[in-house]
Amino acid sequence: MKFGVLINEGPYQHQASDSAYKFIEAAIAEGHEIYRVFFYHDGVNNGTRLATPPQDDRHIPNRWTELAEKHNLDLVLCVAAAQRRGMVDQGEMERNKKDANNIADKFRISGLGQLIEAGIQADRMITFGD
Amino acid sequence: MEEQESGIIKKFIYVNRKAPHGTIYAHEALEVVLIAAAFEQDVALAFIDDGVYQLKKGQNTDGIATKNFSKTFGALDMYDVEKLYVEKESLEARGLSEEDLSVDVEILPASDLKNLFNESEVFFNF
Amino acid sequence: MLHTINKSPFEKDSLTTCLRYAQKGASILFIEDAVYACTKGTQFEKDIHDHQGDIKFYVLGPDLEARGLDNSNLTTNIEIVDYKGFVKLVADNEKTQNWL
Repeated sequence: MKFGVLINEGPYQHQASDSAYKFIEAAIAEGHEIYRVFFYHDGVNNGTRLATPPQDDRHIPNRWTELAEKHNLDLVLCVAAAQRRGMVDQGEMERNKKDANNIADKFRISGLGQLIEAGIQADRMITFGD
Repeated sequence: MEEQESGIIKKFIYVNRKAPHGTIYAHEALEVVLIAAAFEQDVALAFIDDGVYQLKKGQNTDGIATKNFSKTFGALDMYDVEKLYVEKESLEARGLSEEDLSVDVEILPASDLKNLFNESEVFFNF
Repeated sequence: MLHTINKSPFEKDSLTTCLRYAQKGASILFIEDAVYACTKGTQFEKDIHDHQGDIKFYVLGPDLEARGLDNSNLTTNIEIVDYKGFVKLVADNEKTQNWL
């Protein structure tokens, strides 16, 4: 079965991101396909490669990157939400004339249409948020 | 604007349960609805609990510097988003009535809104 | 239909609202801070019991354990599921409403 997942909260601030991670891990283990993981609201902050959590804590952005590498996940940050919150990839950096980018590997920035498309294409849509 | 060409039409419901301005959820939820309009899906909005405050008329955010997105609700019909439902119980619990709202909506008790839930296929909550 | 709730009922009225919408045959899963909703001796115990004829209630075990709770703290007829069970609930129900 194809699952679409929406994550609306930032890492560390709220359990949503951890719950989503555990859910996705379990869904993959059960043989389901993750059609897309879409990050909205402060959820886009999951995609920063500049996070440096204490060594005894989980590294949430790295964990996403590793899971995506292992299972070829499509991790999408909403462009409008990302622009507001300073989440920038190479393309956004050039377009908006910023002096840096900060997006982690395996994440990409795209439009809200990607969320709607997930709602249309996925068999199940689940949201983790506040 | 991205267009969907899958030919699949699903019934989307946006369940709005948060008040405006204190957090960005209501504002960014409306942005999703506007984008979704381009996908020619069947869209309904339900305002439940504090979500009904999003539709309170006369909002003026000049003094708090946030964007007054409440005006956008009045423009939704131009995007062919015409199914706006407000839960009667939530409205009454907050001392509000239809005259307090900025846009035309259908006010329904939860017992009727349930049917909308039954018909809907994709649920987005903000 | 599956309903998920993630807030303590003492903080937000998601459970009360959810119970207005959950219909016969529905499942309600408590995750994150909502696990407190199905513990013994709260004001919400009766609401849950009143609906148990029509609705099946589940709680996410890892969230329960994280908060120092186990089966002995729960009100009657709450089924504990792990993440695998959570995935199964989402797969088995045609749609999910997450009461955020």
